[in-house]
Amino acid sequence: MTDAMTDATDGLLQLVPKAEAKQSMKDFKSDQEVRWCPGCGDYAILAAVQGFMPELGLARENIVFVSGIGCSSRFPYYMNTYGMHSIHGRAPAIATGLATSRRDLSVWVVTGDGDALSIGGNHLIHALRRNVNLKILLFNNRIYGLTKGQYSPTSEVGKITKSTPMGSLDAPFNPVSLAIGAEASFVARTIDSDRRHLTEVLRAAAAHPGTALIEIYQNCNIFNDGAFDALKDRQSADEAVIRLEHGQPVRFGADGARGVVRDRLTGDLKVVDVSAENESEVLVHDARSPSPTTAFALSRLADPDTLHHTPLGVFRSVERPVYDVRMSEQLDTAVEQHGKGDLAALLAGGDTWTVAG
Amino acid sequence: MTSQVSRTTEQADGTVVGEQRKPGGVKAVRRLDRVIIRFAGDSGDGMQLTGDRFTSETASFGNDLSTLPNFPAEIRAPAGTLPGVSSFQLHFADHDILTPGDAPNVLVAMNPAALKANIGDLPRGAEIIVNTDEFTKRAMQKVGYDTSPLEDGSLDGYSLHPVPLTTLTVEALKEFDLTRKEAERSKNMFALGLLSWMYHRPTEGTEAFLRRKFAKKPAIAEANLAAFRAGWNFGETTEDFAVSYEVAPATTAFPVGTYRNISGNLALAYGLVAASRLAGLPLFLGSYPITPASDILHELSRHKNFGVRTFQAEDEIAGVGAALGAAFGGALGVTTTSGPGIALKAETVGLAVSLELPLLVIDVQRGGPSTGLPTKTEQADLLQAMFGRNGEAPVPVIAPRTPADCFDAALEAARIALAYRTPVMLLSDGYLANGSEPWRIPELEELPDLRVQFASGPNHTLEDGTEVFWPYKRDPQTLARPWAVPGTPGLEHRIGGIEKQDGSGSISYDPANHDFMVRTRQAKIDGIDVPDLEVDDPEGARTLVLGWGSTYGPITAAVRRLRAAGEPIAQAHLRHLNPFPRNLGSVLRGYDKVVIPEMNLGQLATLIRAKYLVDAHSYNQVNGMPFKAEQLATALKEAIHD
Repeated sequence: MTDAMTDATDGLLQLVPKAEAKQSMKDFKSDQEVRWCPGCGDYAILAAVQGFMPELGLARENIVFVSGIGCSSRFPYYMNTYGMHSIHGRAPAIATGLATSRRDLSVWVVTGDGDALSIGGNHLIHALRRNVNLKILLFNNRIYGLTKGQYSPTSEVGKITKSTPMGSLDAPFNPVSLAIGAEASFVARTIDSDRRHLTEVLRAAAAHPGTALIEIYQNCNIFNDGAFDALKDRQSADEAVIRLEHGQPVRFGADGARGVVRDRLTGDLKVVDVSAENESEVLVHDARSPSPTTAFALSRLADPDTLHHTPLGVFRSVERPVYDVRMSEQLDTAVEQHGKGDLAALLAGGDTWTVAG
Repeated sequence: MTSQVSRTTEQADGTVVGEQRKPGGVKAVRRLDRVIIRFAGDSGDGMQLTGDRFTSETASFGNDLSTLPNFPAEIRAPAGTLPGVSSFQLHFADHDILTPGDAPNVLVAMNPAALKANIGDLPRGAEIIVNTDEFTKRAMQKVGYDTSPLEDGSLDGYSLHPVPLTTLTVEALKEFDLTRKEAERSKNMFALGLLSWMYHRPTEGTEAFLRRKFAKKPAIAEANLAAFRAGWNFGETTEDFAVSYEVAPATTAFPVGTYRNISGNLALAYGLVAASRLAGLPLFLGSYPITPASDILHELSRHKNFGVRTFQAEDEIAGVGAALGAAFGGALGVTTTSGPGIALKAETVGLAVSLELPLLVIDVQRGGPSTGLPTKTEQADLLQAMFGRNGEAPVPVIAPRTPADCFDAALEAARIALAYRTPVMLLSDGYLANGSEPWRIPELEELPDLRVQFASGPNHTLEDGTEVFWPYKRDPQTLARPWAVPGTPGLEHRIGGIEKQDGSGSISYDPANHDFMVRTRQAKIDGIDVPDLEVDDPEGARTLVLGWGSTYGPITAAVRRLRAAGEPIAQAHLRHLNPFPRNLGSVLRGYDKVVIPEMNLGQLATLIRAKYLVDAHSYNQVNGMPFKAEQLATALKEAIHD
């Protein structure tokens, strides 16, 4: 451990020790009884994560889950890894300290829409801009669950809740737009009910060097049941879900009848019926584009009320300098330039004088 | 120096201990036992630099010294105004001294504002060196001088040296290819040269410093050197300065050793680096810039070759959060701030109490409440450090007493944090942070062993014989829990801010368990091994003066005065404010009267009265400045005879 703490210089996941034996989903289940409400979308996400972890093949002891406060933040208790259930909104900050000082760890943050976007909004945007090697799973159920049903920063305007009997007044955040605006290098969206898609996105995030933000639409069946039904219902999903795949034309609907094209006048994106004439104009998704502009435009396609035209998948995945890597490099450079720190020399530096006996 | 017995009395005025005429010279040399100089000017005049350089010269000469920088919060306050005055006071002596001094013997006033702002602190007879070039009608009117104080007789009681510092500097630099404005900027070096001549300071250090500082601008370096030498030569040749002074090195006041001058913030930063080395743990600092603590962040960021990671966070909360995250990973986690930052960090410190992880929380206190007085000193965060968290969240609190002592206090904070797996609050303040004094550089083998043992395997056997790791199974002696860092196979565990079952650490809402855990966390802190309080009471006094933190210097100086005047008084000074030393109660009960001077409205006194039911008397000052020894001596004398 000590060697990796001080001497690691490059690479990301390759610094994390591999498991000695083949792992199974069971290895990642802790002995704690899972205590979410029956029917909560969190169960599906937990199962997906536990099911995906063996694929990474990392030593369990080198994986850490850090969470804040909220229903989702109970997550670390159920993972048989190291874990910390911290305080409201602060998980990205705590995980930044851990990931920056221990590059031999795979650090995951589990958070919710209230935790990440309201009380912890500042830490989230700064983690994204720094590009620390963290994987952030943002469970978005568009409601406060643990405090029993107040509207959240992703709730639609006019939401009637215990704290807003006449309807909420504030416009919601779009977490994907926010993350792209905060210079995120990896941003994806998936949904609790689609384990295959969820796993694919986890795979892509795990392979990404730097901060990865995954927004996971998650159903709170107690306080906001059916919030994402439009994306789940077979009939409405055709019009609602846009699957993003890097290098593929952005088409959706029955037989790909609908597509996303660029408006020639405004440069913005819009949804059209695909025809022989306009087929060539359909946007080809480029998650690796250095410019975040088109990814941002894609994130704006969704209607916050009906969820129509909601893209799912990896919006953006670009490589840029990783904070903890650069910090380690600075430490190495300092040693190259000045030698390994000599405490006696440090203390005795500057102008000194001697008093003899 | 802090280690000295009360051999010398710190008198109100420097004593002339001898006078001689240099053979062949015309100028008299007077020997003094101590001098207090104050440099004062506009905040852009470079007074802090001038003071720093004079201090370095004085330190390398071997005097004991103590400094008091005093500057406005504004980077460049309006020029020529009273709020814009920046000053640097230095007290140096041939014996051990404890404070920057009450009243300057010499004031260097670079403009009318500096004169006006400082004249009230000068005793009659003090020397005043003024830069006459700045005493224009307009500049004088700006600060309310209707007539020139240099001419209207108002300074008759002082020894006034009118010197056209700006003109002389520009004149001295006329050979250089500089604009007048550029040349004028060296006038602080002219003043430094003059004062260096007056007090026989060695000049090599300053010359080397200027060459280093302006290495990339050799012309500027040479101009500053020329101004510095011109100031020296001016003193030597002009008739206005008929006398120069010698203050012999304080050789007998210092124990044998190698010394350097050090400020509190620098000593604290070095203490943290040393603690990291002695513990064998990488240092991680999470910090957000705040006056007067930022210099610790600046200093530590320069020592990356010691494996020091400094993280300038997005806010105070992230600073402490990242430090706690690093501590979870096995680093020595530190956060540095001032009072407003402590308020923001409170919830995370509470989490650290609950997680029982080592964490150092450094509070360089300043005037409050709210933004308060960012550049001034105060010790009004004691109760915040003690109690400023939700729930029963006890945290050890320690305080350094002098600038150099910040080094030892950092090591002691690290010892407690690491041994007891707890956040520790260290309360420095603006006076200690920016003030400086000589420091005997310790040999590495004198420093404590802070090594820790991480958990490496199971520590508990279940009824069915299974070997398991219990993150909250405690050491029976210290009540500390094991520190199992990620990367250790088989010890995977989850911890959090929710109440935990004793031993297993699993979430528990059981009432009896919560009661037990609250009491156990308190017992752990109460049981921390701290040294007994030492009392200095050579004469069997009836009154005890008890202090903590940076009031040590002024209190000790006041005590010396009282004893020299035949007034017995006992003195004790607390490093550990939580837990208190075991013998504190019996010490307090041994005196008829207990007086507690504090730069707050009686926070330690509140704790003492609550815990020991002792009728402790408070003496308080909250004006942003340290106590003056004379004023404290008077107050203590009144308390004795009250």
